[in-house]
Amino acid sequence: MMLADALIVSAILFTIGVVGVLTRRNAIILFMCVELMLNAVNLSFVTFAKLHGVSGHVFVILVMTIAAAEAAVGLAIVISVFRHFGAVDLQSLKLLRR
Amino acid sequence: MLREYLPVLLLLGFAAVNAVVILGLGELVTRTHPTEIKQQPYESGMAPLGDARDRFSVKFYLVAMLFIVFDIETVFMIPWGVHYQQLSCAVPLVDGACPAGQLSFFGLGEMLVFALILLVGYIFVWKKGGLSWD
Amino acid sequence: MTDFAEPGALLGALLPEITLLLGTLILLLVGAWGGESSSPTRRSARFALGIVGVTAVAVVFAWLRGDGFTTDDRLTGDGFRWAIDLVLLLGTAGALAIFDTEQLRTRAYQAEIPVLMLLALSGMMIISASRDLMFTYIGLELMSIAVYVLAGANRSSARSAEASIKYFLLGAFASGFLLYGIALLYGAVGDTRLSALGAATPSAMYLVGVALLLVGFAFKVGAVPFHLWTPDVYDGAPSPITAFMAACVKASAFAMLLRVMAEGIGPAIVHWHPVVWWLAAITMVVGNVVALAQPNVKRMLAYSSIAHSGYLLVAVLAYSQEAAAAVVFYLLAYTLATIGAFAVLGIVSEGRETTVTIDDLSGLWHVRPGLAVALSVCLLAFFGFPIAGGAGFFAKWYVIQAALASHTPLTVLVVVLVLASVVSAGYYLTAISAMFNRPRPSQLPMPVQTPLLSGIVMVVAVVALLVLGVFPTPASRLAAAATLRAAPLATPVAGTMTVSAPTVAATEDAGSTP
Repeated sequence: MMLADALIVSAILFTIGVVGVLTRRNAIILFMCVELMLNAVNLSFVTFAKLHGVSGHVFVILVMTIAAAEAAVGLAIVISVFRHFGAVDLQSLKLLRR
Repeated sequence: MLREYLPVLLLLGFAAVNAVVILGLGELVTRTHPTEIKQQPYESGMAPLGDARDRFSVKFYLVAMLFIVFDIETVFMIPWGVHYQQLSCAVPLVDGACPAGQLSFFGLGEMLVFALILLVGYIFVWKKGGLSWD
Repeated sequence: MTDFAEPGALLGALLPEITLLLGTLILLLVGAWGGESSSPTRRSARFALGIVGVTAVAVVFAWLRGDGFTTDDRLTGDGFRWAIDLVLLLGTAGALAIFDTEQLRTRAYQAEIPVLMLLALSGMMIISASRDLMFTYIGLELMSIAVYVLAGANRSSARSAEASIKYFLLGAFASGFLLYGIALLYGAVGDTRLSALGAATPSAMYLVGVALLLVGFAFKVGAVPFHLWTPDVYDGAPSPITAFMAACVKASAFAMLLRVMAEGIGPAIVHWHPVVWWLAAITMVVGNVVALAQPNVKRMLAYSSIAHSGYLLVAVLAYSQEAAAAVVFYLLAYTLATIGAFAVLGIVSEGRETTVTIDDLSGLWHVRPGLAVALSVCLLAFFGFPIAGGAGFFAKWYVIQAALASHTPLTVLVVVLVLASVVSAGYYLTAISAMFNRPRPSQLPMPVQTPLLSGIVMVVAVVALLVLGVFPTPASRLAAAATLRAAPLATPVAGTMTVSAPTVAATEDAGSTP
């Protein structure tokens, strides 16, 4: 069945995103994994919208907008980190450990 | 039945004529002084040849981000456009048309507010110098 | 309950939020014309204080008039919304005043920082008004994105940048979980309105959705084991922003948690109750024990704020109207104490970037007795000491009362709460005794003068705490009026599955809360 397939793909994408966030150390890659999570959820919303009607689509548009805003802010933060530390590796950020 | 596609045909014709007129005007009016650099294919200000894994100016980032943020807002205009007829009618549509005397400015007003908020953001970016390259 | 609200009704229901956003947009434009010097930032902060005041008036009027409801049941105008809004406005006003002082000393901030604080505030107000997970999510992101930037507000500080990226990555990660939870709940029920979720029979998908939602919430409120970002972010962010996060972001996260749990996912209570029970217990213990080992005052307060999340989770678990009132009162007392404590720390640190340690506080009583007394009152309020700790005592008292009066008396959890509070004496009293009993080291700079706005904030917070500690009745009446409207709080629908944990044995028949 189509819907179940789409939901499984969405769950797999979400899991890849989560595993990526937990294992990678580069801020940009972490950030891409988070975006992957959001888009996996979008796939779920579109699938459910087929069952439940239009509000799933509305949610997708909102999530896309929020993801764009998050991308803009996130990359700005990454740039400011790069200016201070010369790297975007989370392991090089060690000022805040007492 | 084919008559329904007449507007599409008209639009196609208009687009073609428009393109020819604009390109033709450019050809007629401009004076060209070609140099070697000017002859190169334009690639967002970068050297078109060489390794693609090159560093490029962080200024591109700002342009790209401004583009993404304003671009995404356009997404909201598509559902608005699709439902505009209903949004500008105070009662539910009858046979796809608004009953006489029931027009409302709700749809238009909402989009005006939305655009106004975007405009505030635009003015802010402009005033802060986000749109100038240097 | 119709499907969509009238345009005019929507406008009326969101009037305070619209007032706030209109002021914010004007402030943004005014700030853009100011250049980058110091005075536009302080002007902007004062203008923002004015906007907060006007919004507070709008909130009070809306509460008195009973506004705020929409027929589609997506927004609510219950007392809980307005009371939380007032607490948030109070916290923001305090943070803005502290920010003004910080800018006076450091001149490190842009005129947009107050604008971002107001934007975050509007997100929080949307959260407290929403009875639809869609609105809740928008409000949450509006708040979070603004606060990610705020954590990095000091652009010349590497610590601030580090705090910002840590908060951003973990916050966005948590919202991913939250969003997936919302998607699954939407899939299971076909609606994101809390009223629909609260009337549903939980299916397997519903339960997975609830679990993911809980992970997201636990991150946002900083409950152990999802608390790891809290100390780093609180430590690295500029002090006024830390105050803003500790007071307002926390209050707002708890308003969201309480409303969603009470009105939305009640049907699954037998499943989440034991999970949240353990979260609360571990959070209280870990927060307080780790705080003992922190010489840095901001990190100490961060762990203390984690512990307070644990106390508040106990109230959430009690799951009654009294508990909702206790949460409101607790958040009021906690906000006052946080704002007061950070105002004093801001005055003592004099805008130096290095954070204040307990050693920096030694002998403060001998040079600036006023500051020492004010900080002591706030710390004792965190501790929950009677009389001298002011409202902090009653805050904890109401939580304990609600927990014991709940249908599943949370006796064990209350014992943990009391023991954890006793442990917390270890660090609160250490700081206080450093101020009063140690001599002032001669190499420490003397805090010279108290800036006007910070001084006012400090005095107001301390006086309010003390007055509420002697006469808590007005505020507790207000909090009692601020209960959630929805019935689900009183009538959780028991799940179809069997009860697995001993603590929830009686929750199944929690149906008839008086």
